[in-house]
Amino acid sequence: MIAPPPSGPVPYPKDFSLRLLADMLRIRRLEERCAQDYGAGLIRGFLHLYIGEEAVAVGALHALEPEDNVVATYREHGHALVRGLSMDSILAEMYGKREGCSRGRGGSMHLFDARTRLFGGNAIVGGGLPLAVGLALADSMTKTARVTACFFGDGAVAEGAFHESMNLAALWRLPVLFCCENNLYAMGTSLARSESQTSLTAKAASYNMPAEAVDGQDVVAVHEATKRAQANVREGGGPVFLEFQTYRFRAHSMFDAELYRDKQEVEQWKTRGPIHTFSARLKAEGKLTEEEFLALDREVGAEVGRAAAFAARGTWEPVEDLARDVHAVQEAP
Amino acid sequence: MTRLTYREAMRQALREALASDPRVFIMGEDVGLYGGTYAVTKGLLQEFGPERVRDAPLSELAFVGAGIGAALGGMRPIVEVMTVNFSLLALDQIVNTAALLRHMSGGQFGVPLVIRMATGAGRQVAAQHSHSLENWYAHVPGLKVLAPGTVADARDMLAPALADPDPVILFEHANLYNLEEDVPDERNPDMTRAAVRREGSAVSLVTYGGSLPKTMEAAATLAAEGIDAEVLDLRSLRPLDTDAILASVRKCRRVVVVDEGWRTGSLAAEIIARIAEEALYDLDAPPARVCSEEVPMPYAKHLEDAALPQPGKIIAAAKATLGK
Repeated sequence: MIAPPPSGPVPYPKDFSLRLLADMLRIRRLEERCAQDYGAGLIRGFLHLYIGEEAVAVGALHALEPEDNVVATYREHGHALVRGLSMDSILAEMYGKREGCSRGRGGSMHLFDARTRLFGGNAIVGGGLPLAVGLALADSMTKTARVTACFFGDGAVAEGAFHESMNLAALWRLPVLFCCENNLYAMGTSLARSESQTSLTAKAASYNMPAEAVDGQDVVAVHEATKRAQANVREGGGPVFLEFQTYRFRAHSMFDAELYRDKQEVEQWKTRGPIHTFSARLKAEGKLTEEEFLALDREVGAEVGRAAAFAARGTWEPVEDLARDVHAVQEAP
Repeated sequence: MTRLTYREAMRQALREALASDPRVFIMGEDVGLYGGTYAVTKGLLQEFGPERVRDAPLSELAFVGAGIGAALGGMRPIVEVMTVNFSLLALDQIVNTAALLRHMSGGQFGVPLVIRMATGAGRQVAAQHSHSLENWYAHVPGLKVLAPGTVADARDMLAPALADPDPVILFEHANLYNLEEDVPDERNPDMTRAAVRREGSAVSLVTYGGSLPKTMEAAATLAAEGIDAEVLDLRSLRPLDTDAILASVRKCRRVVVVDEGWRTGSLAAEIIARIAEEALYDLDAPPARVCSEEVPMPYAKHLEDAALPQPGKIIAAAKATLGK
């Protein structure tokens, strides 16, 4: 049985509440467009949609400072968008265009941005964790009061990289905020089928690391937990582990027939959808009217339309430049 | 001129790097309190403190990855992996992150990281401590791979490697640490050009790292028999100094590549392919190679000796190219 939909008061003023809602909606509509463009052949390769999990990136990233570091996974369109990358540069990247945030070299799974300190976009499960530890080590050694937020899925906890990184971060009291997006399935393998200990907070506790499980469908709960955790990390209290319990409404990727879960389970989780439940709460509090929601949705739709036009107008990098950006100075191997 | 061991030379380079740049730190297993597995970092903990000479747990994947992250975060880490054998536990971070990040990010992020590791066989430490897998790393675009084969290079290669904006892997052959040589006071700031260690004209012996002393020994024996061999030390395994290889081959018209890696898919194979592509008609004999025999490295001394390139094998191969 799944929990009832998130409810309760939204402890934010109207403008910030609407900002959270707008960002969740921006991710949703962007990704719906991605799915459509994938069908049309404009996006190729792997495409992993975040639809259903939007409250996690939105709630968590709005609790960070602009100078913080973010390390994400291959399901990172939402993180990039909330972090401040333009929808134009994200969609252009997925189209493989030079105007994309990674010049078309990365694609959907490798969105990078130096300006907002987004260190990818990592398609090796667990691969971002050691990187996050190192970024935090640099900050610790230079006495920089910065937090490194590292996002990863429940699948990553089976990797050695997870355990080694948790140990190192805790041992050296590094400013890492470990953000586990537990959507219950590592591709098609449920936690119960892959872990002897299914409590992720128990794993974190074994490294002497404070850990908290959070309702990842509730943007308020995510934001509040992240605010608390990042403050502890920033003040030098060492790393914190947050488990955001969430659910992916779409398939793992565009090639997934979803043989491993019941349609009924998906439908049940949709009753906990982060956008409609949050909208309902705002409406109940008089912070949002249906007209305002529809206007916001139109605005977001227009942004998506502009981004798609930008991506379509984008240019292909000349093949003569194929070997650029392998080394800082291009040379024969 | 100073007389130094390879170990002392490397330690001197590390000390200079730590002293001259506050962004530099050393991280690895037993680099601090223990003094380094091969005693290279001995004394540096006392001199620079535990923050900058940082003992790491036995977590190759995490501390190599942390080195990558710290490099991204503005530091200049020197990560010591005890041996190339253990670097396989960190292969994912080296190959899937360090080597790819600049390209995947469209040029936004580079990884100015130096990874040092011991390599090679010859000390009867058996199969799991004797690999020579330099060519695995030399295969990967985005990495630079260096193999200092002299005491001067052990001292001089670290500074340019640290100044490089991309990841550099330094392979130190474990048999070279006790090598003692006179080194000039002036430094060689170039790390990617091959060096002619012995001039000759009869046959070109192309080698690197731990095989260099054996090849020099073979060349001396050949000279005593009236065969004037040239010895080319590659120094850099990626990029390869193809021009220097071709120049030596065109001059001598005969070539033997000496490489401690296993023959199949070896660096020697790549070098010979380049020679065949560019200088086939300049050759008077088929190119030859002396590699390790294709067995896991045995423990017993006589078997280990038989598995490795040795001066005798190099001499025989060189003579064969001359029809002798």
